[in-house]
Amino acid sequence: MRKNLNVIAAYSIMMGLIILVGIFQSWNIALSIFNLCLISAVMTMGANIQWGYAGLINFGIMGFTALGGLAAVLISVDPVQEAWSAGGSNILFSLFLIIAMVLAVRYILKNYKKSKNRTYIVAAIIILGIVVIRFISEPGIEAIENVEPAKTGFLGGLGLPIIFSWVVGAFFAGGLAFVIGKVALGLRADYLAIATLLISEIVIAIIKHEDWLTRGVKNVIGLKRPAPYEVDLQQTDWFINLVEKFNSNKLSIITDLTERQATLNQFVIEGSSIFVKLCYSGLFVAVVIILLILTQKALYSPWGRMMRAIRDNEEAANAMGKNVVKQHLLIFVLGSAIVGIAGAMLVTQDGLFTPGSYRPLRYTFLIWVMVIIGGSGNNFGAILGGFVVWFLWIEAAPIGLYLINLTTAGLDDTHFLKVHLIESVPYFRFLMMGVGLLIIMRYRPKGILPEKIEIK
Amino acid sequence: MDFVNAIILLLNYIFVPALAYGSQLALGAIFVTLIYGILRFANFATGDMMSFGTMFVILFTWYFQSLGISLGVFPTALLAIPFAIIFMVGYMLIIDKFVFKYYRTKKSPPVQLAMVSIGVMFVTQAVVRIIIGPSDRRFFDGEKFLIKAGEFKEMTGLNEGLAIKSTQVITIIVTLILVSTLFWFLNKTKTGKSMRAYSDNEDLALLSGIDPKKIVMTTWIIAGILATISGALYGLDKSFKPFTYFNNMLPIFAAAIVGGIGNPFGAFLGGYVIAFSEILLTYAYRKFFMYVLPESMEPDGLIQLLSTDYKFAVSFSILVIVLLYRPSGIFKGKVL
Repeated sequence: MRKNLNVIAAYSIMMGLIILVGIFQSWNIALSIFNLCLISAVMTMGANIQWGYAGLINFGIMGFTALGGLAAVLISVDPVQEAWSAGGSNILFSLFLIIAMVLAVRYILKNYKKSKNRTYIVAAIIILGIVVIRFISEPGIEAIENVEPAKTGFLGGLGLPIIFSWVVGAFFAGGLAFVIGKVALGLRADYLAIATLLISEIVIAIIKHEDWLTRGVKNVIGLKRPAPYEVDLQQTDWFINLVEKFNSNKLSIITDLTERQATLNQFVIEGSSIFVKLCYSGLFVAVVIILLILTQKALYSPWGRMMRAIRDNEEAANAMGKNVVKQHLLIFVLGSAIVGIAGAMLVTQDGLFTPGSYRPLRYTFLIWVMVIIGGSGNNFGAILGGFVVWFLWIEAAPIGLYLINLTTAGLDDTHFLKVHLIESVPYFRFLMMGVGLLIIMRYRPKGILPEKIEIK
Repeated sequence: MDFVNAIILLLNYIFVPALAYGSQLALGAIFVTLIYGILRFANFATGDMMSFGTMFVILFTWYFQSLGISLGVFPTALLAIPFAIIFMVGYMLIIDKFVFKYYRTKKSPPVQLAMVSIGVMFVTQAVVRIIIGPSDRRFFDGEKFLIKAGEFKEMTGLNEGLAIKSTQVITIIVTLILVSTLFWFLNKTKTGKSMRAYSDNEDLALLSGIDPKKIVMTTWIIAGILATISGALYGLDKSFKPFTYFNNMLPIFAAAIVGGIGNPFGAFLGGYVIAFSEILLTYAYRKFFMYVLPESMEPDGLIQLLSTDYKFAVSFSILVIVLLYRPSGIFKGKVL
């Protein structure tokens, strides 16, 4: 128990802060912070598996998050029948051609010795394939995008409950990670960082501009929810009764019947949005706990010990007969799959998919700040990092405003410096993140909750 | 005649813009490569350092404009650049003293330094946005065009016009001067040679009495000059927006790696490789073929290999291919 004292202390402080927000600002804000903290925690767990367990730098987190979000769209949106009949066959045929092309290239690479001719033939197949596929898919894509462009203009999805997308998102992200890993894992650490950063930008470019698949920058809105809708809740009897019971103290003070009804309605509206957020929190907490149990088990298993051995000394681990390349690939896929889950969760919570909002600063570098600040190699640390950094990211503006008012108290309210500073309050969060990262890297390089490995 | 028209078309829409864009990338890529070769880490704050330098250029330009100082046909920013460089170099040296020095003396792995540079990136970005704001700024003044499309048509009697912006010419000339001075410095002077020696083999360089402090300081000074000038040239040619500068980091990295990271000459050429392939692959060739081919064979579509949306994707794909087949870059990444 004593050993875990700092973990418990850190988590209680964090929960206390969120509860303080609930008391002083509103429970709605507190819960939305809490939910995004949970999603960030899942992302950091994914990044932490790669960086903390195996020492791989993955700056492509944004790409995997977006793929998870894409999964949410493709699973939950109802299929657009007209679009399928307009251009579905073309798209399917192109897909078939892509698979055929990949198989042909694989066949050649496998069965012929490395030579100049082989390289030329492979290049020729790829270029020819791209031209042919473009030629075939173009009319199909155009037809699909012309089906009610204001409302649909894309193929739609499968029409399944959105929860399934959390698993599918993991598979999408894992699949991409497998391809990237095959290509890029042989690179040196900092090359890998740059390569993944660039590949994630390519993923975003594709999602943004392939309108037939994702609606691109026109966004997909009104996704299905795993939780009830606020409007429905406000008309259900048991919910109204529940709210009444909760607020009976406050309601009993009011004697006037119409006024009492009005106050009750107010409480019901407020309560419904809190209730929906609580539903999400429940789902997200379940995911975080399941992942935490799995990752903790993995960390202390023989496999976890092997990963640490590889991380700390690749050559030695290799000499002991461990297949470093294979293990790196495995952990890269696993970590990315977890990030994919988080991406799907994020879209589920928002109920909309906006490819334009995926930016490396928010979805890649911020997650890395979380991992480093929380404590790399320690799952509890990673989750805590997600909580702390996201909390600061949201609350930075109020804190910044308070500090500005404090330091410029002597100045006139219309003084240009004060006005300028107050206008730029939103950017103080970058400053806070940067300074926080630099301080942690310098004075506590292992994070708030450092990695502790005990042989059990 | 049609053939000449076709050539002018390509010059106007591909060659001149790509040359200017490539020069801007090339300066940034040399900046990345110098930091990588001598200080041995991938600097993720590249784009934001450039926007920081450009911010000072803009502030000085505004100051000079308010005083009524101008360079006539040339943009006032050219006058502001030297002053901005002083501030930029100061900033670089302060960052090095308070942030990077600690890790350098501790001999931390390059990955850790890259992580630290992300912290610097966040801070720099915040400072730029707090001081000048996130919005689009244009600070170009003076004569806009060297040759206007209409004038060119009148002069030559061709159907296609060739427009050359003065910023494009300034970019290319400044780049040539700067890069040739830099290569002269690296290859002929004593400090430059010791920098190359340091990057090639640190221990050996230290043994032969090279002062590492001096090397590091010179590197940061050169880096500051490169960052400010390339940022200012990009801002003059297009416009200044902190977010675009952050994004520019990606093609710059691509250029540096394609040219063989750690090799300044490779980075210089890498900038042009990236710029030309981006523009060549996303240009719609319809008009070109209309001039070149006989009328019966005129194309229907745009004849565009990739839509312009994939501009960034092109450079990254080149990078991935290069990394796969020649991990050390096209020009054999010999260290500096």
